Amino acid sequence: MDAAVAAAAEARERLRASFASGRTRPAAWREAQLRGLLRMAAEMEDDICAALRADLAKPQTESYVHEISLVTTSCKFALKNLKKWMKPQKVPSRLLTFPSTARVAAEPLGVVLVVSAWNYPFLLAIDPVVGAIAAGNAVVLKPSEVAPATSSLLADLLPRYVDASCVRVVQGGIPETTALLELKWDKIFYTGNSKVGRIVMSYAAKHLTPVVLELGGKCPVVVDSNVNLHVAAKRIAAGKWGCNSGQACISPDYIVTTKSFAPKLLESLKKVLGKFYGQDPLRSPDLSRIVNSNHFNRLRGLMDDETVAGKIAFGGQSDEQQLRIAPTLLLDVPLDSAIMKEEIFGPLLPIITVDKIGESFAVINSMTKPLAAYLFTNDSRLKQQFERDISAGGMIFNDTGIHLTNPHLPFGGVGESGMGAYHGAFSFDAFTHRKAVLDRSSFLGEARARYPPYTPAKLSILRGVLKGNPMAMVQAAVGCTGGRRA
Amino acid sequence: MGSVPEEEKALGFGGLVSDLREVYESGRTQDLEWRQSQLRGLVRLLVEKEEEIFDALHEDLGKHRVEAFRDEVGVLKKSVVDKLQNLKNWAAPEKAHTPLVAFPATALVVPEPLGVVLIYSCWNLPIGLALEPLSGALAAGNVVVVKPSELAPSTSAFLAANLPKFLDSKAVKVVEGGPEVGDKLMDHPWDKVLFTGSSRVGRLIMTKAAKHLTPVALELGSKCPCIVDWLDSNRDSQVAVNRIIGAKWSTCSGQACIAIDYLLVEEEFAPILIEMLKSTLERFFTRPEYMARILNEKHFQRLSGFLADRRVASSVVHGGHFNPKTLSIEPTLVLNPPLDSDIMTEEIFGPLLPIITVKKIEDSIKFLKSKPKPLAIYAFTRNEKLKQRIIDETSSGSVTFNDAIVQYGLDSIPFGGVGFGQYHGKYSFEMFSHKKAVLKRSFLIEFMFRYPPWDEIKIGMLRRVYQFDYVSLFLAIIGLRR
Repeated sequence: MDAAVAAAAEARERLRASFASGRTRPAAWREAQLRGLLRMAAEMEDDICAALRADLAKPQTESYVHEISLVTTSCKFALKNLKKWMKPQKVPSRLLTFPSTARVAAEPLGVVLVVSAWNYPFLLAIDPVVGAIAAGNAVVLKPSEVAPATSSLLADLLPRYVDASCVRVVQGGIPETTALLELKWDKIFYTGNSKVGRIVMSYAAKHLTPVVLELGGKCPVVVDSNVNLHVAAKRIAAGKWGCNSGQACISPDYIVTTKSFAPKLLESLKKVLGKFYGQDPLRSPDLSRIVNSNHFNRLRGLMDDETVAGKIAFGGQSDEQQLRIAPTLLLDVPLDSAIMKEEIFGPLLPIITVDKIGESFAVINSMTKPLAAYLFTNDSRLKQQFERDISAGGMIFNDTGIHLTNPHLPFGGVGESGMGAYHGAFSFDAFTHRKAVLDRSSFLGEARARYPPYTPAKLSILRGVLKGNPMAMVQAAVGCTGGRRA
Repeated sequence: MGSVPEEEKALGFGGLVSDLREVYESGRTQDLEWRQSQLRGLVRLLVEKEEEIFDALHEDLGKHRVEAFRDEVGVLKKSVVDKLQNLKNWAAPEKAHTPLVAFPATALVVPEPLGVVLIYSCWNLPIGLALEPLSGALAAGNVVVVKPSELAPSTSAFLAANLPKFLDSKAVKVVEGGPEVGDKLMDHPWDKVLFTGSSRVGRLIMTKAAKHLTPVALELGSKCPCIVDWLDSNRDSQVAVNRIIGAKWSTCSGQACIAIDYLLVEEEFAPILIEMLKSTLERFFTRPEYMARILNEKHFQRLSGFLADRRVASSVVHGGHFNPKTLSIEPTLVLNPPLDSDIMTEEIFGPLLPIITVKKIEDSIKFLKSKPKPLAIYAFTRNEKLKQRIIDETSSGSVTFNDAIVQYGLDSIPFGGVGFGQYHGKYSFEMFSHKKAVLKRSFLIEFMFRYPPWDEIKIGMLRRVYQFDYVSLFLAIIGLRR
């Protein structure tokens, strides 16, 4: 434990000194780091895919599409917009403070801590780091120990591609993470589950450290009957099993549809799954495995629950040795079963049925706010109601998952699914302090009405000024006191 | 009706929170008309009850009505009217750009209320610090509980009696009480909590909030420094002195988070500045009623305690007289107290002004860098280079040149410390909103390379997508569609 504490303190001290030296402030430094990360993603693609395969049996396409290329586009987007983001924004300064100029300057917070997750271990480590660097901070990155191959790879690669005096990787498990959390940071960015999210926030509270928490939840998919069913089924499957076998915070967690439509939806999903993964999905190279035996047992437990086991409509096979579970569909599990109370984070997809599609809203709102909510429909009124009545980090109509690839949309949760957001400019903002700068450039406009001795006449001038009354403004500006000279 | 009965408090507020949640879930606070009616209600409150507000502030703090108007009522009226004028804009969804490859799609950012929020106000600007955030929370469509500070009891009672009269009493509640009540409120899950007060209590609030993953905004205290450079003209110097005095003794007797805490001046300029301060103080504060009193015994003792340090007492160059009967302390100037004395390490929050001298004014930047980040940094100077260095090399909630405190009333700039939530103007609206990302897609145009089974061809297409290499992608698609 002492070694962990010492390592954490040393990392922080070094980074504090580097930040204080001003090294991370110039745009040139930030651009150089971002280019370094770009080169890393390009040159080390094979090694990164190999680590992801070792940690998660992640298919190469997913590694490329969902992790490496998202990091690449994130770096490029930051490089393209950096100077614009760094520029102070002029804002109107009202007549109240005339004459003056006002602007909002973007300032780095200082030394920040990024604690990453195991399911997208490359993306979720580097993407927040991109934001922190773009904003001019020094960063300590703590990759997830549950994805050990990626963690060591990052520890090895980052010092080779970015400025090691300002960006450090600290590896380890609970003792190392705790040692880091006990220190004071200028911000903590955590991606993971809400249980640990609470722990991170309580450590942060001791030092009054602001936090971004990217957590999870049960992402619902409402499927109406007036849809292009085949396309809908493909998109649902892509967002579920095509994303790390459902082990993704934005994967569809469960479906709600009408009793009458459910059989058709079920058939369509079965067909699509057959096409995607073949007749023996446990052997398909295009499916990730479950990350470890803990999670494997947890998921088996959800399926084997006696209130649920009989509801399996498709799949259900698993291979404990390979840590694989086949895409599994369940129909009409009880709402109070474990599989409907906790975030599934795996390849099991329950389908809940209701009489009328509008009743799906009550089901969703009976649970905590999810990170994402999905609706498949062509009914614009239903879309409007969904947008208004369902609260979630983000929502998509007629697709799943892809909103996170749009850098112009904020990505983050609300309520139990998290606080704060990132991606694109939002990443820059997450690690920036917006400093207001008000410059009363001249000493003209001295409003003596502001100062004691206070008189009723001064009060009425102030009233006028605050109302924007031109006469009062003039009186104030010429130092009038409305009466006896004060 | 809007004030919470004793039995409810004893039970711990569970009923209150669930009732409020029901009100929120009914959806009525999301309607623009409802929000506008609440803001109009607040304006009416400020207009019709102005005298009562002045009385309450005078009772609680000895605040003169001109100060009360200038710093609380007047600023608020303007701010709430501004919100009324801008509400439609702020609440409207904003279109976001979508890359061509997602065509056809529409991307929007939709602001939505957080739900049921809790606002803790503070005792020194008890009206402003309750109603400004309240107006933001209502504009954003939330249901709100306001917990005024018990240390300003007349204002607390005023709010408890009047908010239910002017606002939707089922959706806006006032909970009065002391620290135990404040603590008990945090046992419940809120959709957001705004706390204005000390760092000590801020930590307690955030720790409790962590249990429910409640996001918090904390407006805490700090020592706000004011750098005073040589100013060539006498007129400029006088204006600077006026503004310094305004920002210290004229603002709740220095009991304000953005009041000037201490000055930094060049040693040669210090005597001149001190003389000007003395004479201007005399001219301004001709009657004791022009300065608010110290809040209570406890704070009075705390402030007297600063001068109990003999090294500090011997540095007093003006004032220093304390009247425990009227809880008043005269404007006091202290020249170069030791940097390790309490008066230089703790937030003063009162009418004592240390003046620290430096050899060259630029040295003040190094001095500031060694201190914790304050809520505001002030500097009176015409030196553009110095201004830029201050902006670039120091960190603070805000920086104001050649004036002080006025940044509080300017709603186009964010107000708050470093890192923890900012408000005023549009930022008040955003503080209590969630920006929901909405992406709308159609079923037209399906790219088969999105789906497994994977092969090199599909991977190639995907690479082109990510390089936004549309031409090449298009050709590849055509090539594939034999």
